[in-house]
Amino acid sequence: MAEAVDYKVIGTSPIRPDGVDKVTGRAQYGADLNLPNMIYGRVLRSPHAHARIKRIDTSRAEAMKGVYSVVSGKDFPEAEHGEIGGEGGGDISDLAKNIMARDKVLYHGHPVAAVAARSQRVAEEALAAIEVEYEVLTPVLDLDTAMASDAPLVDENCYTKNLPEKPDKPSNIAAVMQLGRGDVDQGFEQADVIVEGEYRIPAAHQGYIEPHACIANTNESGQSTVWCCTQGHFEFRAMTAKVLNMNVADLKFVASEIGGGFGGKTVVYLEPVAVLLSRKAHRPVKMMMTREEVFRATGPASGTHIKVKVGARKDGTITAATAWMAYEAGAFAGAPMGPGAMSVFAPYDLENFKVEAFDVLVNKPKVAAYRAPGAPQSMHAMECALDELARKLGMDPIDLRLKNAADEGTQAPYGPKFPAIGLKACLNAAKNHPNYTKPLPEGAGRGIAVGFWFNVGMQSSAEVHINENGTVTVVEGNPDIGGSRASMCLMAAETLGVPYEQVRAIIGDTESTGFSNVTGGSRTTFATGMAVVRACEDIIAQCRARAAATWGVDEDQVLWEDGQATPAPGVNADVKPLSLADIAANAAKTGGPLLGRASLNAQGAGASFSVNIADVQVDRETGKVDVLGFTAIQDAGRAIHKAYVEGQMQGGAAQGLGWALNEEYIYDANGVMQNAGFLDYRIPVASDLPMIDCEIVEVPNPSHPYGVRGVGETPIVAPLAAAANAVRDAVGIRIHDLPLSPPRIVAAIDAAGG
Amino acid sequence: MVRVVFPQHLLSVTGGEREVEVEAGNFRELLEALEARFPGSREPLAKSAAAVDGQIYQDAFLEPLEPGSEVFFMQRIEGG
Repeated sequence: MAEAVDYKVIGTSPIRPDGVDKVTGRAQYGADLNLPNMIYGRVLRSPHAHARIKRIDTSRAEAMKGVYSVVSGKDFPEAEHGEIGGEGGGDISDLAKNIMARDKVLYHGHPVAAVAARSQRVAEEALAAIEVEYEVLTPVLDLDTAMASDAPLVDENCYTKNLPEKPDKPSNIAAVMQLGRGDVDQGFEQADVIVEGEYRIPAAHQGYIEPHACIANTNESGQSTVWCCTQGHFEFRAMTAKVLNMNVADLKFVASEIGGGFGGKTVVYLEPVAVLLSRKAHRPVKMMMTREEVFRATGPASGTHIKVKVGARKDGTITAATAWMAYEAGAFAGAPMGPGAMSVFAPYDLENFKVEAFDVLVNKPKVAAYRAPGAPQSMHAMECALDELARKLGMDPIDLRLKNAADEGTQAPYGPKFPAIGLKACLNAAKNHPNYTKPLPEGAGRGIAVGFWFNVGMQSSAEVHINENGTVTVVEGNPDIGGSRASMCLMAAETLGVPYEQVRAIIGDTESTGFSNVTGGSRTTFATGMAVVRACEDIIAQCRARAAATWGVDEDQVLWEDGQATPAPGVNADVKPLSLADIAANAAKTGGPLLGRASLNAQGAGASFSVNIADVQVDRETGKVDVLGFTAIQDAGRAIHKAYVEGQMQGGAAQGLGWALNEEYIYDANGVMQNAGFLDYRIPVASDLPMIDCEIVEVPNPSHPYGVRGVGETPIVAPLAAAANAVRDAVGIRIHDLPLSPPRIVAAIDAAGG
Repeated sequence: MVRVVFPQHLLSVTGGEREVEVEAGNFRELLEALEARFPGSREPLAKSAAAVDGQIYQDAFLEPLEPGSEVFFMQRIEGG
């Protein structure tokens, strides 16, 4: 557990500086900005899940009154192969073809053309006037079909990667990955008990409340300014430049406030289209997706098929484990099967294991990151298997996990030895939590599960300006999704030794601050926070130098304590301490305005573990699951803003429970999604869930000045299995597939004889 | 010497060798030593993440290495 540190503001929960504007509707989200002479862009989308485009005729649309520009695949530069770079990875050619189809459409909803017109109504009419002739092809809609040797090909040029040699034939398996250690056959021979399970989870959407939206304004010299809703405006600029073969310097991106992203807003969909439409129209073009477009054409999390086998001795020691996992990539390669494979056994110290993972093309929207991409699906399978193992062994499920838990020095399944981690602390906190031992109502069930995420660092920049009255402005480049402005202010206030209220944080656009990777990967408080701390340390060094100059002493004779420069003990100077305000007021005499800067590529993001406890009641007649209680325990390293860390834990729990209990993409035989709206794709609402109880465990990350670990992604990992294990406990039947929706539960109970 | 371990998906660039020991004082020198041993390995290895003595680096280019250091190449982690 954390050693006691006497912080003044870190760990408190002040009101967020952007809160009033958000609750009063003043905050500007993606669709809120309007510009003079602005016109509206709309996208024509494929009615087929798989088809060859034989002809596109836009002439009637272009001739319509009020239509300013029309684009289709031929208007985009040749899509070259290459890495997108940044946080999301992937191939530029795929990204470009996902934004606008070229020779084939690969999913229902794939863009084939776009128009910009004086109103949305005229734009819609123009879309209807575009003629597209298709040769309809057989869609590939599920993993089993896609992986069959005689499957129709989503991409005729897809050859499986990561094999020793390039295969002779293309296939829908875009890539494979293997991990392993020891001898699994021998390990299973040593086992007294073996459990096996096969788990299927359908695709689920991030469900951000704000649909994608942007405005692009391109001038006559080809320079564009884009205002958009994004998790990372610098990476959106880079992607747009690559897709349109533009100079990055000719693009300026401004991030709006963001109504949720969860990984889904790390990739461009509308922005390059809007730039192109604006370039042709010579006007600002606003584009906004409908909710239906968000479902049909933006990336959900992968649907998966995962098999897990675990063997253990009678004392609970796991002797061997294997996992086979197939991830739907959607229409283009890049499912998160790698992180899924690396995380499936990450919490455990295993001598013998083997993992095989597959990245599989299907005629569905290209998947996108969703909190801890890949881990919820794979760890659901393992954590359900461990629940069954505990039952067979007659062990407490937390004791089983403690028996095998990874700790500092354990060789992680993905390679390195863990530094200090908080898994055992979380497991012990769960075991000692009153919610774990309190009696359940008659017929209710309780389940537990472990979650894990690697977390990342990456590049961040920050500037700290000291205003003339000693107040502080922090400028950084990460859109504030989960309250990062407040967290940056807290770290700046703590470092400088000034009150939180004296600090403000703003998000600079791509021309007004240094590069930062996306707000994602649980990196912002860790990496950008580290940059803010370093920039504040730069300020402190300058303040010490200026105080020394003011007093006529050496810099090393000046200390910085409690927000002021003081003479070091023994310094023979009859001076009063100088506060930040004092130094700022005299800045003109000592060298000009105070500006601190830092840029870094943050390393050493500490892995974060969690343990969840779910209590559920199942109506055996209707199959409805009521979540009676849910407890989220997680290692935050150090909680900078306690309430926001709890908010991440609660939000992740809500999303994970939605995935576990209700959310799924439902397709018809032609690959058309049948529930593309929030009425039919049911995310949890407030009345569906109890208050999520939180316990923050703090095992500081030695790589961060305040011990921060990322906390944004781990919370979604464990709820799937925690809920599934609780339902198993309540109904006495293991239901392997998600969601545990009423029809599935009723069918399972009926199949088991009621 | 620095112990270097390659994941399955990078074995094609090492001719199937899973683990090697090389002389290197920092990560840049490590990539050079590996390129000399496995021509063509530099680019795919430089694009990989690496764990140096347990600490994961998305890009370890500037990291110093000690005699006895362990380097595990691994897929770069993305996130949401």
